[in-house]
This record gives sequence, C-alpha cells and structure tokens, in this order.
Amino acid sequence: MTNPEGADAAEPAADSTADSAAQEDAVASEANAESAAAVTMTSEDAAPGEILLRVTDLKKHFPVTKGVLKRQVAAVKAVDGLDFDVRAGETLGVVGESGCGKSTMGRLITRLLEPTHGTIEFEGRDISHLGTAGMRPLRRDVQMIFQDPYSSLNPRHPVGAIVSAPFKLQGVRPEGGVKKEVQRLLEVVGLNPEHYNRYPHEFSGGQRQRIGIARALALKPKLVVADEPVSALDVSIQAQVVNLLDDLQGELGLTYVIIAHDLSVIRHVSDRIAVMYLGKLVELTDRQSLYDGAMHPYSKALLSAVPVPDPRGKAQRGEDRILLQGDVPSPLNPPSGCRFHTRCWKATRVCKNEEPPLLQLRTGHQVACHHPENHEDQRPEDTELLSVAEKTADELDSERSAIEQRDREAVGKP
Amino acid sequence: MTAPTHDTVKADEAEADAAADVAKKHVEGRSLGRIAWARLKRDKLALAGGVTVAVLILVAVFAPVLTALIGQDPNEYHQDLIDPLFGTPTGSFGGMSADHLLGVEPVNGRDVLARIIYGARVSLLVGFLSALVAVVLGTVLGILAGYFGGWLDALISRVMDMLLAFPQLLFIISLIAVVPNSMLGLEGTGVRLFVMVLVIGFFGWPYIGRIVRGQTLSLREREYVEAARSLGAGKRYILFKELLPNLIAPITVYTTLMIPTNILTEAALSFLGAGVKPPTASWGQMLNTAVRYYDQDPMFMLVPGIAIFVTVLAFNLFGDGVRDALDPKGTR
Repeated sequence: MTNPEGADAAEPAADSTADSAAQEDAVASEANAESAAAVTMTSEDAAPGEILLRVTDLKKHFPVTKGVLKRQVAAVKAVDGLDFDVRAGETLGVVGESGCGKSTMGRLITRLLEPTHGTIEFEGRDISHLGTAGMRPLRRDVQMIFQDPYSSLNPRHPVGAIVSAPFKLQGVRPEGGVKKEVQRLLEVVGLNPEHYNRYPHEFSGGQRQRIGIARALALKPKLVVADEPVSALDVSIQAQVVNLLDDLQGELGLTYVIIAHDLSVIRHVSDRIAVMYLGKLVELTDRQSLYDGAMHPYSKALLSAVPVPDPRGKAQRGEDRILLQGDVPSPLNPPSGCRFHTRCWKATRVCKNEEPPLLQLRTGHQVACHHPENHEDQRPEDTELLSVAEKTADELDSERSAIEQRDREAVGKP
Repeated sequence: MTAPTHDTVKADEAEADAAADVAKKHVEGRSLGRIAWARLKRDKLALAGGVTVAVLILVAVFAPVLTALIGQDPNEYHQDLIDPLFGTPTGSFGGMSADHLLGVEPVNGRDVLARIIYGARVSLLVGFLSALVAVVLGTVLGILAGYFGGWLDALISRVMDMLLAFPQLLFIISLIAVVPNSMLGLEGTGVRLFVMVLVIGFFGWPYIGRIVRGQTLSLREREYVEAARSLGAGKRYILFKELLPNLIAPITVYTTLMIPTNILTEAALSFLGAGVKPPTASWGQMLNTAVRYYDQDPMFMLVPGIAIFVTVLAFNLFGDGVRDALDPKGTR
C-alpha cells in the first residue's frame, strides 16, 4: 500500500529499548529486499485489482430467545445488510463506533459465524454456508489476526506449537521441516527465532501480537482479516505492528480487511475505507476522498473527533469538532429510516421515514445519505429539520424497547 | 511503506545480532507447569505435606515388606498379652513394648502398628481410585456440558444438582447391605472395596464437573479457540488440545483436595461397618472397635485417629500448596 506518512510513523523513537527497535529495522530492510521476489511469486493468484471477496446483502441477526422452548422473541441485528467488494492487494479499513457490527462482520467473512442472510463469495466461490469440513481447505487462504494478544494465544502452548498449529491442522509439510519454517516466520515478524520454546506469558503485548501475525501468515493466506489488531497495544507499539503489517503486505502480496475504531490507524494503513453505523455501511470510498471530503454526516463527525496536534489551529480554520448527542441506539430495535437520524444535525422528515440506499455519488465513492455533505442534496425538497424533541423521542423509543426486552428476559430466566 | 535509510539499518542490524547473541544464552522457555513447580518448591508447608503423602504411599505399597521388617503380622493373635478379665492389653499405653511398638488390640491382641500399616492400603486405595473415577467422569461430563451447552448442559447440570443433594452416606450404607458377597470375580473385601470406589467416585464427580464446566464456559470464549477454528480445527482438537491443557490446573487442585475427603468417607463407612470386611485392617474399623474400650484403652483410639488426621492434613496441605502454585492470582 502506498503510504505518504510512512516515514514518520516508522520512526521507532517512541520505543524505548534499542533491542526491539533494531529488530524492527532489520525486518524492514529484509522485507524490502525480498519484496520483489515475493510479488512475482504471488502473481499467479488473483491479480491485483481483481475482486477477491464479494459480500452481498450480508446480515447477521443474533436471536434473543425466551423460555424452555427457546421461542425467538427478538433479534440483535448486529450486521444488517452489507454490500462491498475487496480487491486483491488492497487494504480495506472498516471503522465505526463500538457495537456497530465491525467485529461481527470480520467473523462473518472468515466464517467463524454463520450469516443469517446474504452471500459471501471468495474468489468467485460462495462460502456463505460451508460447514467446518467444507471451510477447512479455504482456511489456508483466509486468515485472521485477533484483537487481544493476551487471549488469542493459548497460555499452555509454547510459541513453536502455536505458530506450527496451522501446518498441523492443514496437513501441510513446509519445505525444510515445520520447525525451520516456524523459525523463519518468527524472524519475518521480527521475533528471535530462538524463542521457539518460550511460552506466551514470557512476551510483551506487542511481541504476542507478532506471534499472532506469524500464525496468521503461516499458510501464506490471500486474505487476512485483522480485527482491531493494535487497539490492545501501547501507542508506540501500535506503530511497529501497523508498519509490520504494511511491510508484510508488500512482501507477500496480501489483501487486508482491517477493522479498527482508531481513525489514525485506519488512515495510515487503508487504501479504501468503509464506515459502519449500527450494522450498515454508511460510506465506502478510498482514503483520500474520505479524509478530504466525507459525504456522510456520521463520517464527518467521526473524522472531526480525531485528535489534532494543534487544536487551536483547527478551530481557526473553522473545522470545529462535531459532538454527537446521545449513544448508539440499540441494534435490537434500530431507528426507522436512516439509522443515524436520531443523532444527525441534518435529519429531516425523509430521514426518519425512508432508508437511504448506498449509492455511488462519485466515482468510487458510495454514500447512504439523503443530505450528503460536500455534494448536492439528494432530497432538496425536504428541508424541514427534525426537532430535537422528535429525535430524542425516536432514540428513547429504540432504547426503551431494548430495556423492555432485557426486563422480559430477566423475568423469563429462573 | 518507505524504508529507513540504509546506513541506519546496517548499524541497527549489528545491534540486533548482538542482542540475539545475548538472547541465545537463555532461550529455553519456562512452561506454566515448570513455574508452578518452582513455586511449590518454595512452599515449605506444602512440601512437608507432599513428603508425608509420598511416605504414606510407600508405606501402603510396601506394607508386607514393612510388617516383615518389624516382625509382626496384622492378623496374628497375641492372647497372651490380653488381660482375660477386661479384654484389654496388659501393660501400660495399650500394651506398648519393644515387640509391639504401638501396642496391641484389645480382645485378640493383634499388633496395632502392623494393622495401621495395612490400613493405609485401604485408605489410600479407596481415596485415590474413587478420586480417579470422579475426575474422569467430572472432566468428561463437565467439559461436554461447558463446551456444547444447550440441552446437554441442562441435562448434565441437573444431574449434578441431584447428586449433590443426595444423602450419599445413607445410600452407600444401604447399598452395601444388598451387595452380594461375591461378584465380578471378587469376594468379600474385594467387593466392598470395588463398591466403595465406584460409589464414592460417582458421588464425587459433580464437584469436579461443576468446576470444569465453569472453566470451559469461560475458556471457550477465548480468542485462541476462535484462532484454532479459523485454522480449520475440529471440535476434538479444540476440546483436547486447546481447552484440556488449560483445565489441568483446576483439575489437579480439586483432585488433591478430594482425596482426603474420600479417605474420610472410607473411614466413616468402615467405622459404621459398611466398609471393608474384617479381618482386613482399616483405620475406620479400628476406631469403631476402640470406641468400646475408650476408657480402659484410650491409646488404641488415639493411634488410628492420629493416622487419619495426619493423612488428611498432609493431603490438604499439599493440595493447598498445589493450588497456590498453579494459581498465582492470575490464570494467564
């Protein structure tokens, strides 16, 4: 991926120990040296730019059941209709508030969860309802990096066993033996290959995350889904891990779907960015056009929340921070129409009554909004803003039914 | 991304090599088990308990050798040492002498030390084997209930609740009454031992089952389980390779704490006459006999009492030590 700010982020200055900084740079140089060979090697797979993963109307509803007979009384609509493509060689960043369905989306495309509706196509093949056995061969191509490096490594297994598990489970015999390959992988992610016999508790958070990355890359996957890969790490370590992911992409020709809530991370790594709100995509575009001219008010609010080095300067430029009112409504009973209308300062009657479709308003820039920013209004006739009272009522409506639901459940349980 | 400039890379690489050389000297990782062992070795009380347990096991295993060494047989009568009028041993302290270090039994004058040594066999055999039955049942059923959940969990959990509410002592006493004297090629004491092991084990598994179920419930949500699934692991791999190693610690702790309870249950059963059959020596049975002579021969009550007390205390101290060693306020 191209990365104009790469240089300053790559500075390991924030990292205190010279040891790991040295390792970091050693890896970086190695990565660059080998990248040319790696690219030619992977070119027989899907060519860069070709569609690797296609998601159509993907939904995941978690049923809320009640009583002995498990009668379904409601559903948490964690993911409620997603359409997007991931092209080979690119990095798709997915952002959104907590609880908007990002992680569920990640687990759906790696098929750790069964979708309720819709299809997931990987290299043109429908994988939406494959079972454990059916998915097994595909697991080589789709891998996942997990959020919590303290929980994603089994504390009872030494690092060697953790990183060699993919070979064992897939019945792959790498050239030169499993141990040698594992040590090579450890080296690739910047760890000492001699630490083969060590246990996860002997490593720091950043090192553990590297182990997780080595495990995910062991089978040379095509698509790597990273679920908040750096959110559990210190800021100084975040930069290291993000840059490592960056380097590996160049070296191995990987395609990433990176899920994060940190916009600066997303900005650093992504080619295209998808903004999610309450289980839906509200905006999907390339990085530059999102940061230069976000069209959805929610994206705009998110971007305005990114800390800037000089807040006074920003205020002078007239880019005041947009403070959203209230919380994300409950996915048990999302607001009608546009899901964001309860918190949107531009919401009108049509927003409450009609759900805006995800439309391509500019080349490669999809937005689901009736009154987009930085673009002509989709519904210019509807100008009367919703009153604050009405928006609050709608939000409470969603909230109340969620609370009632919880109460009903609490009563139903012994 | 853009690479750092080349001369800094070279310098850093040299540093990295130096760091790697230092690291090479201590590359062997310390597993959690090894750390626990190091911690246990520092716990003097637990070590004392452990040594006592080890000695008891050796005593039980080599009982015939030991009794031959002291030149006594547990079932040999020494009526000459018994006061014919009261039925109590002649001489002070329950007839202690150079021949009979811990005295002799009232009425028939069997050597107390030899019977204590043989009694250890029964106690430890029942204690260990019933714990084994409980651990196997509890682990398998607990892990199934915890991992699969749903109706299976509901079923197993209800069975556990039922068993925990069951008056097990009364049940075993009445069961022993109806068990035939010979079955499955076993006879007399053999049958009693077999039944005791099975029944004590059967009533013990819910304690382990609950722990294992609870642990499994929390462990199965860990990301490493998801990671295994994302690599294509099946249920069996996840249960045995990912979950079970993390359950070893709680299972070990509960086993070491369960054995003394089982030993006490065996003693209670023997005391009540539902344990092994005479003339097989057992601590509980000795206590039972001793109750009739407690005012004339208090020594005879003290000796098996102390044997039970020391055994249970040793196991408990050891078990507590194991728990502390395995669970240093963090399960990571």
